[in-house]
Amino acid sequence: MEVLLSLLVGLMTAAALYLMLSGDLVRFVFGFSLLGNSINLLIFAAGRLTHTGPPLIDPGRHSLVLPAANALPQALILTAIVIGFAMTTFLLILLFRTYGQTRTLDADEPAFLAELSEADTVHGSSGASGKEGS
Amino acid sequence: MKILLILPILLPILFSILTGFLRQEERRSNTVAIIGALIHICITGMLLAAVLEKKVLTLWVGNWPAPAGICLVADILSAVMVLITAVIHAAVIVYAGKDIQASQVRAGFYPFMQLLTAAICGSFLTGDLFNLYVWFEVMLMASFGVMVLGNTSGRLTNAVKYVVLNLVATLFLIMSIGIIYGLTGTLNMADLSGKIPLVENTALVNSAALLLMMAFGIKSALFPLFFWLPAAYHTLPVSVSAFFAGMLTKVGVYALIRMFTLVFATHTAITHTTLMVLAVLTMVSGVVAAASQMDIRRILSFHIISQVGYMVLGLSLFTPLALAGTLVYLIHHIFVKANLFLVSGLIQKAGGSFDLNRIGGLYKTRGLLCTVFFIPAFSLAGFPPLSGFWAKLLIIYACLESRQYALAGVAALVGLMTLFSMIKIWSEAFWKPAPQTEFTPAEPATLSAWMLGPVLVLALVTVLLGLFMEPVLRLALAAGEQLMDPRAYILAVQGGS
Repeated sequence: MEVLLSLLVGLMTAAALYLMLSGDLVRFVFGFSLLGNSINLLIFAAGRLTHTGPPLIDPGRHSLVLPAANALPQALILTAIVIGFAMTTFLLILLFRTYGQTRTLDADEPAFLAELSEADTVHGSSGASGKEGS
Repeated sequence: MKILLILPILLPILFSILTGFLRQEERRSNTVAIIGALIHICITGMLLAAVLEKKVLTLWVGNWPAPAGICLVADILSAVMVLITAVIHAAVIVYAGKDIQASQVRAGFYPFMQLLTAAICGSFLTGDLFNLYVWFEVMLMASFGVMVLGNTSGRLTNAVKYVVLNLVATLFLIMSIGIIYGLTGTLNMADLSGKIPLVENTALVNSAALLLMMAFGIKSALFPLFFWLPAAYHTLPVSVSAFFAGMLTKVGVYALIRMFTLVFATHTAITHTTLMVLAVLTMVSGVVAAASQMDIRRILSFHIISQVGYMVLGLSLFTPLALAGTLVYLIHHIFVKANLFLVSGLIQKAGGSFDLNRIGGLYKTRGLLCTVFFIPAFSLAGFPPLSGFWAKLLIIYACLESRQYALAGVAALVGLMTLFSMIKIWSEAFWKPAPQTEFTPAEPATLSAWMLGPVLVLALVTVLLGLFMEPVLRLALAAGEQLMDPRAYILAVQGGS
């Protein structure tokens, strides 16, 4: 089981890296969530996969009866999923707004390659308040 | 007493909620944020005093027993970093009152800044690797928020670079955490410190260590992972860029110090040698790239990179003196760099631009501005008796002590090239006669006392650090000893449940 899961993690990581390095920012988002999920599986496998009962304490007892599944990786994964979800949402909105301004999401386009400062974009005309470009 | 450990995190969160309610009223939210920042300084000062008295403080959040719960730990390094965060935050918030536009305040500038401060303090204080990851994510989210507030086109494409590279860093971080958990079954740093040397599979331990190094290397802008930094910092509002420049990369450096003194301290032949090579390349590439820039803030951004190299060099030497040098360097650099970014905003106000080709002649008209630029700039370049001189001296001395003469030579050379960049800004912005451009201010803008005040205070701190280096050095040496010999830290965590 661990071997299968490891192979799956490797495959997903490779696919995710391919997507993330392709230069298209939309593909980066897909790669980002795919890599996030493959890392979640990695943590899951790191917690050891065994056929055991759920880590629940029976009524009337005060401690867990072993063997039971490791509950910590699931807590870690849950946290990572929530954070990853928030990050993906933010990334999508950021890219959407960026697309509205640049009309492209190809990272090789000049709009992304040039590291213009605002002084360059507004030509110092509003020097005293250079932050307001538009 | 133990409550002091969590207050530096809770207080900014509380004030972030308060300023969130007040965000329609810019004056009042600024006042509330300043009050919050001042209380924060008091609390973190008390924390440092308590740590100096009792060596290491721990708090198990929610009273879950060790090692299952999450603990907050403060040793000298953490306490000093938290105090500096509070001071820089206060200075930036005071400055921001005149710097940040009303629209940005309404979009939530103050709540984001408070959350960012809370997250930075959280990452300095946590004793749990997964918790560190969570604080990094909170920090990223808050910094994304601050970054896109203005929403001009130059800023968004640069923000994309910052966001994308930092997201990749967090993925590497969590991947490494997964591997470490699989190897040891624990994520508590003090616990890991005992269990990592017992793992037989050293190849996997080293790969986890290098993955962590990569994650924190992106955060702290190490060579060759620094490209997000100069792309993003020069497009931010001045006060935001000052806070980012002072604090964000230093959180990465702190995490590197914590990981490679406490957890991964056994296979130094691989990890610390890699760090040493990266440090030298970072120092040199940052300072060389800075020499070709003409925008003040881009010059300063590249100098952050080269200065981070010095800190990591101190860590890679791995002696108590070198670690003390790293801590002095951190303290000095945060004050100086945040101050220089704030001053660059004043130069822009007075001269009309960040571009050195478009400004000049400030020496004649702006005496005070000259002084406040001169002090941090030449402290950065390492002029005695300012703080930068001592920081560089300690690092070079530690290099010589470890018989790394070539490294000492590189460190001295990079210092010289830093001086070149600072002299360039000085002669272009201050000495050169003002160029004839299409832009001539109708009347010279007056510099607000609210903006000059924090700059003067930070410059004063730089001078005082330089003049009274002895107590600082004693503190740093104590911290260095504590880092090299983490027994007190481990004992406090394992016995303090």
